[in-house]
Amino acid sequence: MPASRSLGLLVLTALIGVAPVLFPSVFYYEIGTGIFIASLVVVGLNILMGYAGQVSLGHAGFFGIGAYAMAIGPARFGLPSMLSILAGLAVTILTAWVVGRPILKLKGHYLAVATLGLGILISMVLSNEAQWTGGPDGMSVPKFELLGFTIRGSRMWYWTSAAVLLIGIWLALNLVDSPTGRALRGLHDSEVAAASNGIDVARYKLVAFTISAGYASLAGSMAALSDGHITPTAAGFLHSVELVTMSVLGGMGSIFGAVIGAGLLKALPQVLTFLHDYEQVVIGAIMMGIMIFLREGILPAVTSRLRSRAP
Amino acid sequence: MTLLAVKGLSISFGGVQAVDDLSFEISRGRIFSIIGPNGAGKTTLFNMISGIYHPLHGHVLFDGQNITQMEPHLRARAGMSRTFQNLQIFNRLTVVENVMVGRHLHESKAILPHFLHLPAVQRANKACADKAHELLRFVGLDNQAGHVAGGLSYGALKRLEIARALASGPKLLLLDEPAAGCNAIETDEIDRLIRVIALQGVTVVLVEHDMKLVMKISDHILVLDHGRKLAEGNPAEVRRNPDVIRAYLGIGAEAETEARHAPG
Repeated sequence: MPASRSLGLLVLTALIGVAPVLFPSVFYYEIGTGIFIASLVVVGLNILMGYAGQVSLGHAGFFGIGAYAMAIGPARFGLPSMLSILAGLAVTILTAWVVGRPILKLKGHYLAVATLGLGILISMVLSNEAQWTGGPDGMSVPKFELLGFTIRGSRMWYWTSAAVLLIGIWLALNLVDSPTGRALRGLHDSEVAAASNGIDVARYKLVAFTISAGYASLAGSMAALSDGHITPTAAGFLHSVELVTMSVLGGMGSIFGAVIGAGLLKALPQVLTFLHDYEQVVIGAIMMGIMIFLREGILPAVTSRLRSRAP
Repeated sequence: MTLLAVKGLSISFGGVQAVDDLSFEISRGRIFSIIGPNGAGKTTLFNMISGIYHPLHGHVLFDGQNITQMEPHLRARAGMSRTFQNLQIFNRLTVVENVMVGRHLHESKAILPHFLHLPAVQRANKACADKAHELLRFVGLDNQAGHVAGGLSYGALKRLEIARALASGPKLLLLDEPAAGCNAIETDEIDRLIRVIALQGVTVVLVEHDMKLVMKISDHILVLDHGRKLAEGNPAEVRRNPDVIRAYLGIGAEAETEARHAPG
């Protein structure tokens, strides 16, 4: 792993470790947890969008599968927490692999609409199959328990979700610098050149789609566990859009940009509460401003400017 | 010994017969050039050989295997590699990473070790980078290895495509106008590269407008006109062929001049 990336991981770890010193209340741990969970999804989504160059407007669906696994697993099948997480992952990966195969043949806007449809389908199933999912009211989620050890409370979830995020980032950084990562980044720039170099373009798109779905599922499981309750909105269209927005704002093709995008969109509503009715307006204006002035996304735009200013 | 055989190949686009009942054979270890006026069907033929287009009729046999309907990435696995007339560079990757992608067929495909950056993956990455640097030295780009490929000059990108195409260790290398838009010095450099590549036993198929280059380095030349074979033979035979002279003194001569003066 190049030095700059190890440094990024180190800086992020330090920030996560030091931040609680400044927290005036337990509530801030909850915000932190929310940021880390969203970041995990966006780090995965970035593998699909930023590296392989394929869009998905349905990733909240995979988040929803992971989340509902934590409620349905224990309540309907008597599964322990860890097995429920794995069951959620298995269902997600299977769904992504089977559905991804036909829809990833599509490109651009067509792919966006197809993934949108997939996300809506999943959220419809979650809100309509009430005997399994509790319908629109959702379900409660039992606490995470493994070998007699329980994760409970905002502080514990802050550290747990931070650790999982850091591992997720480390894995993604490794992947980008491997033959698989180079194949994904290559097909993003030229599918025809990738194919003529022996890359099975359809397969690698599917690999990226499935990996990113897996990240979303795991993040969904953590969100359900830390909230203790889950409703179908977690799998909804608006959540999918939010995830894509985070990815684009932070900077596609940048793993740490994913964290910045997620952090910004999660933190802004908290920071701007003093604006009351104008909060949403200001958030919208900030998003537009970022896209106009930092079009490549926050992190890539800032680093490229710093670099060009350096002698 | 035949490496590539094309038999009765035809394709049409919207009623226009781009390639019409074309047959020829390419022997191993030779430099085989395809020439013809603009619109003669050269690039279309290339795209059928490399699998981007599928022919309406006819067959392509590579190394004794019928590959007519085979997907491009499987042709690469069978030992075929190509460059593109209108550059297909991985612009956001670095120069060395572009060539490393060319090594894809020689790398392990298991994803879990890639995620974990196991020592075996680190070693393979290092070996792949070494090989890529070697190829970049061969085409004279090693001093720009760490640069983002999109920022290179046109002539440099032409050579980068050759390095990337060689990275897979192909039996057959298809070069689509490698000298187009290059100045005289760059053309000489590409001339030298092609000769060395052929000396190493790689069969080279060349589509090129630069007649001087073609006549100098080709072992065998196929002349296309309106999607059909106009003539075939060694450079001396082709140069004497009355049909070729007629075609080139007609529309061809202008096309050639145009290509030479095309801006880089």
